Amino acid sequence: MATQQTQTLGRLLLTPAVALLFVWMIIPLGMTIYFSLLSYNLLNPGMERFIGLENYVYFLTDPAFLASLRNTLVLVGSVLIITVVVGTLVALLLDQAFVGRSIVRLMVIAPFFVMPTVSALVWKNLLMHPVSGMFAWIMTSVGLEPIDWFAQYPLFSIVLIVAWQWTPFAALILLTALQSLDEEQREAALMDGAGAFSTFLYITLPHLARPIAVVILIETIFLLTVFAEIYVTTGGGPGLQTTNIAFLIYSQALIQYDVGGASAGGLVAVVIANILAIFLMRIVGRSLEV
Amino acid sequence: MARRDSASRVFVSTLAAWAVGFLIFFPILWMVLTSFKTELEAFSTPPSFLFFHWTTENYATVQERSDYVAHAMNSLIIAGGSTLIALLIAVPAAWSMAFAPTKRTKDVLLWMLSTKMLPPVGVLVPIYLIFRDFGLLDSRTGLILVLCLGNLPIVVWMLFTYFKEIPKDILEAARMDGATVGKELIYVLTPMAVPGIASTLLLNFILAWNEAFWTLNLTTSEAAPLTVFIASYSSPEGLFWAKLSAASTLAIAPILVLGWFSQRQLVRGLTFGAVK
Repeated sequence: MATQQTQTLGRLLLTPAVALLFVWMIIPLGMTIYFSLLSYNLLNPGMERFIGLENYVYFLTDPAFLASLRNTLVLVGSVLIITVVVGTLVALLLDQAFVGRSIVRLMVIAPFFVMPTVSALVWKNLLMHPVSGMFAWIMTSVGLEPIDWFAQYPLFSIVLIVAWQWTPFAALILLTALQSLDEEQREAALMDGAGAFSTFLYITLPHLARPIAVVILIETIFLLTVFAEIYVTTGGGPGLQTTNIAFLIYSQALIQYDVGGASAGGLVAVVIANILAIFLMRIVGRSLEV
Repeated sequence: MARRDSASRVFVSTLAAWAVGFLIFFPILWMVLTSFKTELEAFSTPPSFLFFHWTTENYATVQERSDYVAHAMNSLIIAGGSTLIALLIAVPAAWSMAFAPTKRTKDVLLWMLSTKMLPPVGVLVPIYLIFRDFGLLDSRTGLILVLCLGNLPIVVWMLFTYFKEIPKDILEAARMDGATVGKELIYVLTPMAVPGIASTLLLNFILAWNEAFWTLNLTTSEAAPLTVFIASYSSPEGLFWAKLSAASTLAIAPILVLGWFSQRQLVRGLTFGAVK
């Protein structure tokens, strides 16, 4: 239906967005590549010199890199698993008939709207505090030793906080998908003597495949860059136990002022994200109709 | 949904659903309750759930000591400004891709989304240095710029998804009747597009309000929005639980209400219409 006129107009309207995004992508990326080849520390201005790939060698062989890569993968992986599994269970539950659906729905999705700095501080102080936190009180009430969460299980504590923030997202998307499931199909299966479990396995789960893929895509984009939760709770520690790649590069750049090293690290992060992106984009690209 | 549910089954579901809802909501509820306690009660064990001395003094102290209103204004201006500018750029783009698609439209869309896969931390150094040289550090203008460009791909995608659903037949009918492109835009398309634009605006405002990476790294005091204001309570000397809770409640309340209102659009918007 597109005439010559609308084609031209279309191109004209698209240009600003494409141009701006291109500039936004290419200039910082170009600078990062350039800086990554320099020995450049903000504490020694005027001492920049070209050192080739030395920053990369240094960054990639730094034990901190492997630790943070591991932490990043553990964080993203476990949050994805928890949010998808718990989100599915919550969605299945909320899809039942019960009294007060709309109120429960509001309660369940609320954490998604809480800003990361708030949820991190509330969890750290009010819930996970080893002396006066709610969890410590529950543990002592039932006669157990309270856990010092951020000292004993630092990464797990971060996973818990981030999973709490993202489970509502998964639950909301999956609940919406469940509500579009053909009810008759499910009832027919039950009639034919299929158990609740096999109905779930053969009818409900396939129906949820695409929404789950979408949830994984969106969450991965955001989980790879988890920063505020670490910044306000552990500061990456103890040691390197909660340092993810985002936090490692941040500390190199703005705490050690090592621009060269941080830039090399930044590019490594870009490469890792894009390896994941290739897989994810394929899924989205396939289900995309233009 | 005509389902034959026995009364006992409804009872069990109700009980389970409320328990799960309460469990997930508990941290927020606990934060709000704590904000009305005195510092002493906030820290005491065993914790008091409802029977404590209710007070609103924490809210007054938070405003007095750390100027909540100034930070909230920063949040409002930064989130609002970046969302509006992103819309101004994205509406024409999404429009053209939805209504005048070319062979490359799909590639352009995927490319835009792929820029979102560029982790902010990968470009933190250059952005920081550019901002330093142009005097944009700790300025609202700088943050508006970064958040606007950072969210632009998502805005374009959301709008594209909404625009795609506007039936093309109506357009063709208008054109048959002799409407020019301009008239078509103003009288036929715009009224149908407004709900989608409004949802996109709302969702991006929420995302920008809660964004913490750039705000923490590019501001210190002048332009610091609520995300940074709250983070300042993480220092040991800021550890007053009741005040922390009051500040947190104030920081999330507006966005929580906004989010509750827009939950249905949230699903369509954030999943680009892939889930309905």
